Amino acid sequence: MAIRLEIPTALRQFAGKQASVEFNATTVGEALQQLTGTYADLRKHLYTEDGRIRSFVNIYLNDEDIRYLQKENTPTKDGDTISIVPSIAGGAKI
Amino acid sequence: MLIVNSDIAQSIRGYGARDYPNETCGAMLGCDGAEGREVRALFPLTNRRDDSPRNRFSITAEDFRAAERAAREQGLELVGWYHSHPDHPARPSEYDREHAWPWYSYVIVSVASGEACDMTSWQLSDDRSAFQTEEIAWAIPPGTIKR
Repeated sequence: MAIRLEIPTALRQFAGKQASVEFNATTVGEALQQLTGTYADLRKHLYTEDGRIRSFVNIYLNDEDIRYLQKENTPTKDGDTISIVPSIAGGAKI
Repeated sequence: MLIVNSDIAQSIRGYGARDYPNETCGAMLGCDGAEGREVRALFPLTNRRDDSPRNRFSITAEDFRAAERAAREQGLELVGWYHSHPDHPARPSEYDREHAWPWYSYVIVSVASGEACDMTSWQLSDDRSAFQTEEIAWAIPPGTIKR
């Protein structure tokens, strides 16, 4: 089943400058693994060294944050869109 | 190179002073051109860090999407982010680096005792290891040259 994965502008340089890519996947996690398997340079921006999605990386299935679904185990269906949406954070304190 | 006109720069300084002693934050909308990256508009956002707004800022995914929509509606791109460092130099902290994304321009304005002073811009290296200085070219606002 074809799932569209939308890449934020900041990461397109690591995904062949594409705004979106398509994969066949049955869960959100599987689609993300395929994405980072195909475009390995994306991995360090999306995952921590121990393999968890970084806290400031938000994954949406259509318009739902997967944290409120079944996280990476959220099932996907043909025609779904997964979006990678950054949170932005920072501050003066070290 | 980041091209910032004096109206935009004044606005960022103004937001920094207005929100002192808390950190201000917002999105920069613009476009990449042959001369560099030009900031054409700002999209001020609410600092969502209620617990430590004096030395932290946070922009949620929902706010990110709103900024992206605003850029699209104006035919622009979301090219970066600005925030203030109250009573702290306009240099990125380790926390800034850990939470940064590549490609974007990160403008920091230092606000000392309520008065905005230095403004700098930075970009994260592709391997996430460090911030690199991005030169700012100060420009005059469009439409101010009389022909």
